[in-house]
Amino acid sequence: MESSVLVIAIFVLGIIAFVVGRSRSVAISQNVGGIRFLNSLPFYYGALTALWCAIPSFLVFAVWSLFDDAIIRSAIIATLPAEAAESVGGNLNLLFNQIYNVSVDAAGSESAPDYMVAAAQHLHSMQSISRWALTGLVLACALGTSIVVWSRINPQLKARYQVERVFRSFLFLCSSLAILTTIGIVVSVLFESIRFFAMVSPIDFLFGLEWSPQMAIRADQEGSSGSFGAIPLFTGTLLIALIALIIAVPCGLMTAIFLSEYASSRIRDIIKPMLEVLAGIPTVVYGFFAALTVAPFIRDMGLSIGLDQWLPISSESALAAGLVMGVMIIPFVSSLSDDVINAVPQSLRDGALGLGSTRSEVIKQVVIPAALPGIVGGVLLAASRAIGETMIVVMAAGLAANLTLNPLDSVTTVTVQIVTLLVGDQEFDSPKTLAAFALGLMLFLVTLSLNYFALHIVKKYREQYD
Amino acid sequence: MTSPNNSKPLSQQAALVQKSLAKRYASERRFKAYGLASVLFGLCALLVLFVEIFGGGLSGFKTTQVALTLELDSDVLEVYDATNPDEILAGNYTGVIRNALKERFPDATGRKEKRALYSMISVGATYDLRDQLAADPDLLDTSIDVWILADDDIDTYYKSLSSVPYAERMSDKQQQWVQDLIDKQEIRTIFNTRFFTSGDSSEPEMAGIRGAIMGSLLTMMVTLLLSFPVGVAAAIYLEEYAPKNRLTDFVEVNINNLAAVPSIIFGLLGLAIFINLFEMPRSIPLVGGIVLTLMTLPTIIISSRAAVKAVPPSIREAALGIGASKMQMILHHVLPLAMPGMLTGAIIGMAQALGETAPLLMIGMVAFIMDVPGAITDPATVMPVQIFLWSDSPERAFVEKTSAAIMVLLMFLMFMNAMAVLLRKRLERRW
Repeated sequence: MESSVLVIAIFVLGIIAFVVGRSRSVAISQNVGGIRFLNSLPFYYGALTALWCAIPSFLVFAVWSLFDDAIIRSAIIATLPAEAAESVGGNLNLLFNQIYNVSVDAAGSESAPDYMVAAAQHLHSMQSISRWALTGLVLACALGTSIVVWSRINPQLKARYQVERVFRSFLFLCSSLAILTTIGIVVSVLFESIRFFAMVSPIDFLFGLEWSPQMAIRADQEGSSGSFGAIPLFTGTLLIALIALIIAVPCGLMTAIFLSEYASSRIRDIIKPMLEVLAGIPTVVYGFFAALTVAPFIRDMGLSIGLDQWLPISSESALAAGLVMGVMIIPFVSSLSDDVINAVPQSLRDGALGLGSTRSEVIKQVVIPAALPGIVGGVLLAASRAIGETMIVVMAAGLAANLTLNPLDSVTTVTVQIVTLLVGDQEFDSPKTLAAFALGLMLFLVTLSLNYFALHIVKKYREQYD
Repeated sequence: MTSPNNSKPLSQQAALVQKSLAKRYASERRFKAYGLASVLFGLCALLVLFVEIFGGGLSGFKTTQVALTLELDSDVLEVYDATNPDEILAGNYTGVIRNALKERFPDATGRKEKRALYSMISVGATYDLRDQLAADPDLLDTSIDVWILADDDIDTYYKSLSSVPYAERMSDKQQQWVQDLIDKQEIRTIFNTRFFTSGDSSEPEMAGIRGAIMGSLLTMMVTLLLSFPVGVAAAIYLEEYAPKNRLTDFVEVNINNLAAVPSIIFGLLGLAIFINLFEMPRSIPLVGGIVLTLMTLPTIIISSRAAVKAVPPSIREAALGIGASKMQMILHHVLPLAMPGMLTGAIIGMAQALGETAPLLMIGMVAFIMDVPGAITDPATVMPVQIFLWSDSPERAFVEKTSAAIMVLLMFLMFMNAMAVLLRKRLERRW
């Protein structure tokens, strides 16, 4: 049976088990004087039977599907003659793929050697055996466990207690997925990075001034050994993030102040959702806007006032990407600042106003100092957003790894390079591909520490006024 | 009673305050103006963005057609039996269209001019003609007047004529021909249905977003099915069951951090774990959906927790007091009451996932795929990635397609957000 059909079969069996278990508990309850003499409601007996039917069989199914390919593969490779491995230079993956192709497409196998055809037939029969064995095992498991539970149903069985324990463990598993995700991220970037740092020294990577990841395709090619100095990427990332923050922080902060301290509630109800639209626009749209409208505009402005005499001006500029990214982050900064400004107790404001300050003096000398930790936390979160932002820079910032602070020139960022290195075909043994994971590790570490720090500050600050 | 000793310094102080007042009021006005300017800056940016996208995108919903009289001669077509699908498939429709073009513009002489003439009609026109003949076999050996699809260069040029003509890819002769067509009213623009019914194509006039929309729907389906139940379950555990211990704290720290990790990192996770380790195929909505699930899960957990927290404790105590177990209390009382808030959070998380591009680039959903996907294991692309791909294309005609696709995407997002707001307004309960 196909695996999807098998999953559906398990599901259907579960429903049947529920109905059967429930009706048995009702039938049994008649002997002892009614449902209320049962330990649990009939629903729980049904649910317990269904869970015992579905969960073990599903686990069997999952484990089998996870390992059957690998087992079949090693069994096939073990039966091959020695000359087969030599014919592909020891590359067993390639060999297995050839066998697989032969087994799928029998017509195209005329030119294949005899041992390969034999192996393909072997593969085919093993696959069908595996499928049927799995089907039998899963169905037997589902039926067996449910019959055992079904036969054990009696008024004393603590069905509800057991069902609730399963329910609770399911909830716990779901919440621990967050930990698993973090571990998954760390493991996936860390392992590939370690392999990268085995080929390229971390010192060269962290402090090198030249980034040109092109590797020689053939060994006799000249001049493209690849250099992996990431400093130009780091400066490019910081330059763009800095431009974005210079736009977003004052603008977002002042917007939050204006809306929460000056604007009437009617104006606030109109403007706030409109600014939230800015936050909801996908980054790819901002990228398109930056590349198509803002970047040519900035280049033309630069050329028209004659800046190109002193500075190189590129059509893909850091300024365009940073500017648009700043606009994107404004609502983010303003909503975070809004939260912390509103958390400042009204009594502080009233006190300052009572002493005769103007409103702006209250804000500048009382509210902002009181809210400062929260605002700093917000700015750090915004910085982490700006550093990790991908699409705007991919579309508007360019690929040239220039080591420059000129905002009109083209720079590249960590995220752009990750995308360029990984889009398309990859080989997981070339430093070019692995470099992307090393950059990912850097990005993850930096954003993680920024987030951790920021969340810590914000949390501390909240407790202060709670 | 005020003593004479104190009155003088007081009046001096008052004078000082009076004197500084003008300056302080000015600074007050300045500060307020800064605030207003920031708000206006944000709104202006929004306005410019929308005007730019909508101004450029509206023409993307239209396509240019040219009127021609086609002689469906069976000898030219090499189709003698129009009911035979094989013959229909192999017919020489290009020849028919070329003959009609030569007839219409007899002044095209020489190979170069003829090639310029032929290039004015899209290859898509031959498919349309084939479908038309297959639908009505009686048309064989008759002469028909039809509107056929123009090439993207003609399309771009014709649409730009009303403002700044864009003729970089047009020869003088071609411009003359277009002018002639305009004079005789044999060229028109109509609503581009192909944009909504076909997949991607390397020819801008034939490219559509149906494949991307289907890919997005399939990916969102996977994401919703995985992230909503898991997110709700995690929120309930953390709010109702979790003991106050280190493990719980660690889970919370993880969730908050994951919510702020750059999305591209989730793409790296998907590439290393699902594609490299589990050897799942590239470019399929299933993997895309799983990656987006991991990305949106923190958002959904955080908003669901807020919704569970908003249910007052008295309801829990009442349920427990009349003998409900903890699971019954949660499933019968807390969950239904928190559901609107959870749904709102889920919709917002889905909207975020729908607009996400970067992680999907990592797992190969960026491939050029012409077919419309039908299952979660078919290679597919999604709306934002399609926008990225088109915006990268050199053809000028793709610019308006990109804007048009953005408009469609924004429509979806606005619909989802409006739904979230509506849901919140409708079902929100104040305790």
